Amino acid sequence: MDFASMAKYTPLFVEGLKVTVQISFVAVLIGVVVGLVMALFRLSSIKILSWFANMYIQIIRGTPVLVQLYIIYYGTYPLFGFNIPPYIAAIITFGLNSSAYVAEIIRAGIQAVDYGQMEAGRSLGMPHGMVMRYIIIPQAIKNILPALGNEFVVLIKETSVVSIIGTADLVRQADIIKAATYSHFEPYIIIAIIYIILVIGLSSVMDRIERRLKQSDYR
Amino acid sequence: MIIVKDLHKKFDKLHVLKGINQEVKKGEVVVVIGPSGSGKSTYLRCVNLLEQPTRGEIFIDGESLTQPKVNINKIRQKVGMVFQHFNLFPHLTIIDNITLAPMKLRGLSEKRATELAKHLLNKVGLIDKINNYPVQLSGGQKQRIAIARALAMEPEIMLFDEPTSALDPEMVKEVLSVMKDLALEGMTMLVVSHEMGFAKEVGDRILFMDDGLVVEEGTPEKIFNNPTHPRLKEFLSKVL
Ligand SMILES: Nc1ncnc2c1ncn2[C@@H]1O[C@H](COP(=O)(O)OP(=O)(O)OP(=O)(O)O)[C@@H](O)[C@H]1O
Ligand SMILES: [Mg+2]
Repeated sequence: MDFASMAKYTPLFVEGLKVTVQISFVAVLIGVVVGLVMALFRLSSIKILSWFANMYIQIIRGTPVLVQLYIIYYGTYPLFGFNIPPYIAAIITFGLNSSAYVAEIIRAGIQAVDYGQMEAGRSLGMPHGMVMRYIIIPQAIKNILPALGNEFVVLIKETSVVSIIGTADLVRQADIIKAATYSHFEPYIIIAIIYIILVIGLSSVMDRIERRLKQSDYR
Repeated sequence: MIIVKDLHKKFDKLHVLKGINQEVKKGEVVVVIGPSGSGKSTYLRCVNLLEQPTRGEIFIDGESLTQPKVNINKIRQKVGMVFQHFNLFPHLTIIDNITLAPMKLRGLSEKRATELAKHLLNKVGLIDKINNYPVQLSGGQKQRIAIARALAMEPEIMLFDEPTSALDPEMVKEVLSVMKDLALEGMTMLVVSHEMGFAKEVGDRILFMDDGLVVEEGTPEKIFNNPTHPRLKEFLSKVL
């Protein structure tokens, strides 16, 4: 084994790390925005909205993310007549994919708030949306944030499949280094370690935030 | 003030209210008693449309709640409700619990709302808890705050659904005493309660509900000393 010869490829590993983190982070952001909308749709009393959100979530959760990636990457040309860069396809795919899971996280977080809270707000004369905004959502956030952190951690690992369409993430960089050096082993050990450090580091940050939230449990 | 005509409520096939006809006059205190499952809570919850009646009409101040175009939020502002489990907002301080609705709905400035809240906190004897969170309060204190929160909307009617049932015995009195003060001030009240002492002392009229109907009603004197309906007699023999 020859890890010393890997040293000169440090910039490639760093570049891959950046891309992996960027894709995961932007995907979570898209996931939160779209997921919040889908969660509210699902909880809506308007039938067509909750039906649509339900379909959306079922389809995304019912198909492999790699298939979704192919459909979005290769589908833009036949559908719209242009290609999109792999990096963008990766972000869109994981953003939408994550939104289905985030929608369920948010829905569960909202439903975990005691229904008596909604009734108390409504009985004071507040409209539904006002109760949501000032009473339900602020309490639901405590249930939602830790699960969102977890979703981010999961994405960091799952996004490794984007290398297949040529996105320059950690795995793709390792592939490139493998091809250049004929070392079939060392590049993957190195990115495995990078993934572990990322995941453990992020998890511990999440734990700390979670503990802070618990501490401030209205005291 | 409240007029209820032929009120029915079904949950799917379960027929819970089977035709309630009632009138509550301004300033009257009506106490609803009856066995578990007889429909007391459902009746109360229909009066502010937390449950949608299946049939019948309800009028508050002459305004029908059951017509399709009713502005339910406006009507609920006139009808305060106190729940068995308090339902305070745990993420807000006591002062914010009380001022949230009047600021958002009645357009009170923060200063005016705070004055109002302080006045109400003095009334329920909890001004020293103004900056606490609900979790720091005892059950009796929470319920007194819940009453203050409802009063902050300056309602014309107050509904109480077993406000002391979730409380330890030593805390029941402090809540009943706040409710009694309220009754003496002339508040129109519809109260579901198992506190027979309170019903006797404060109630102007008692309704006995059984199986979705008001089967007997009258003054506390009549209900407690001269009950006629066999189900009422049976009920009283169990609770007194
Ligand atoms: N949301 C609901 N869905 C289905 N059934 C319900 C619902 N709410 C109440 N019920 C049923 O309606 C009946 C009457 O309930 P209600 O709560 O009005 O009784 P209650 O007189 O208040 O009893 P308690 O003294 O136990 O509070 C019960 O059989 C109850 O199970
Ligand atoms: Mg009840």
